[in-house]
Amino acid sequence: MTASPSEPDVRAEPYDLAVVGAGSAGLSGAVTASELGLSVALLDTSSQTGGQFYRHPAPALGAVRPEALHHDWSAFSDLRRRLAASGTAHLPGHHVWSTVREADGTWTVHAVTGADGSGERPVRIRARALLLATGAYERQLPFPGWTLPGVVGAGGAQAMLKSGLVLPGRRIVVAGSGPLLLAVATSLAAAGARVPAVVEAAGYLRYARSPRALVTNPGKAAEALLHGAGLLRHRVPVRVRSAVTEVHGTDRVEAVTVTRLDADWRPVPGTGRRITCDALAVGHGLVPQIELATTVGCTTRRLPDGTLGLALDDLQETSEPGLWAAGETGGVGGAELARTEGELAARAIAARLLGRRSGEGRTGELRRRRDRMRAFAEVMAAAHAPGPGWQDWLTDATDVCRCEEVSAGRVREAVADLGARDARTVKLLTRAGMGWCQGRMCGTAVACLAARDGAAEPPSERRPFAVPVRLSTLAALDGDPAAPADPRPDAS
Amino acid sequence: MARTPADLVGAQPDPPFEITFDGRRVTALPGQTVAAALWGAGILAWRTTRDGGRPRGAFCGIGQCYDCLATVNGEPNRRACLVPARPGDAVTTQEGHGHDRLTV
Repeated sequence: MTASPSEPDVRAEPYDLAVVGAGSAGLSGAVTASELGLSVALLDTSSQTGGQFYRHPAPALGAVRPEALHHDWSAFSDLRRRLAASGTAHLPGHHVWSTVREADGTWTVHAVTGADGSGERPVRIRARALLLATGAYERQLPFPGWTLPGVVGAGGAQAMLKSGLVLPGRRIVVAGSGPLLLAVATSLAAAGARVPAVVEAAGYLRYARSPRALVTNPGKAAEALLHGAGLLRHRVPVRVRSAVTEVHGTDRVEAVTVTRLDADWRPVPGTGRRITCDALAVGHGLVPQIELATTVGCTTRRLPDGTLGLALDDLQETSEPGLWAAGETGGVGGAELARTEGELAARAIAARLLGRRSGEGRTGELRRRRDRMRAFAEVMAAAHAPGPGWQDWLTDATDVCRCEEVSAGRVREAVADLGARDARTVKLLTRAGMGWCQGRMCGTAVACLAARDGAAEPPSERRPFAVPVRLSTLAALDGDPAAPADPRPDAS
Repeated sequence: MARTPADLVGAQPDPPFEITFDGRRVTALPGQTVAAALWGAGILAWRTTRDGGRPRGAFCGIGQCYDCLATVNGEPNRRACLVPARPGDAVTTQEGHGHDRLTV
């Protein structure tokens, strides 16, 4: 079971496969590998499987219809059932901070434990192969007032709703760019919030430039129609080519200004309209979470939305032999693609470890499905790539880095007066990106500002520590991975 | 049409319990995080920033942004969006880095 895992078989180390992330990709990879005969450890930060897409209330909240907040819930419940029936060692509450290849070719996965990783029991897992299914986090672009309480991530509002059954306000504007906004607005409205507007910076017309990707992915079109119908039912207007360019309020959100944008996302003067609300849910797409892979040297590729994903071969292997990736880590494409890639990776891993060939019918079918959905994902990413004009809605006083409270003015000064030409130099001069979140919230903005008017390099997504680790944990590492800390999950 | 998130999913939660926020009593449901319990009570900010003293609360909601850091039972820098609420938890507004009592 997912909420209180039955104690898995404790197998002799190393596992055949360690899977990091128990969302759609990781679950699919873990159960497939386990069913093919591999010993599998499945690590995830959360106490429950499902990742962000299938995030759901804890059992104590007694949700009779958790599927009311989800698309395609049965796909998840099927994976959950297979996980329970498999011999997979599910390790919930494990925050992986580093992965290391040992001299004998095996991998060591280092994790801290507990709901927020502050538990006293660091863990090391060894495995012959590694599958990274770490998903994505939400991309943010700053604007005046975005640090006010009541401004929350669009994905964040949905996550808090899905797991905690709470809303950040009663009148919630949903803004930014990307298909997630429609899903978020539909969920918030269904849960009782008034959504006075969905504000999308791009248009939807760019999808029409790639009719082949649309026609071959009818499921995606049906999903969009479903959200469209949901918004109609709740009378939620959608404003395209517009952005929230300012949030009003002293200690919390009282209203937002919505401004029309030109094709480059430049605000059109004189078009601002004020909308009263008590919360704003905002996001500009998703960023693959790949620091565990970049730290060990995996090759990346630039995606059409300006983020970095992992470069993968036809069977989901990274440039580092023995390290596979699936789902959003290779580019954001959604839960169905993630499930497909997870299974494909698991079959390739099993073939490698068991010395069998993997070119059979099922693998070919998975590859075709993966390629078809990847093509759609690339169209989607291109349609919602931020235009360069967004920087025009920043004032010098707008905080860019939320952690270190570094304003746009200070970043601009570092670029214009002090000669910084890349995000790293801006960071060294201003501390932007040096705080708790390690640049996850400000990375895109700092990279754009550092590029002046040129094309911004995607943030490098390099974080040697993927999550904060206490010095005491580091001090306890005795350098002998052959004698790992107790890898067994809590016997609770 | 459902009026609340709990209605939407047909929630039949275990009995609620109380935590405190800066001494004020807040009702939490079992299975909620500290951040969810505070949102449920209409509280959106439980931290002030190190430099500007500005209020902050949950932002990314999935443990990535660290804006929701709270002091829980005297321990600072807990991510409220991840930490489950427990009966009797004392949550206090975290000022700055949360270690002001240390004279450095």
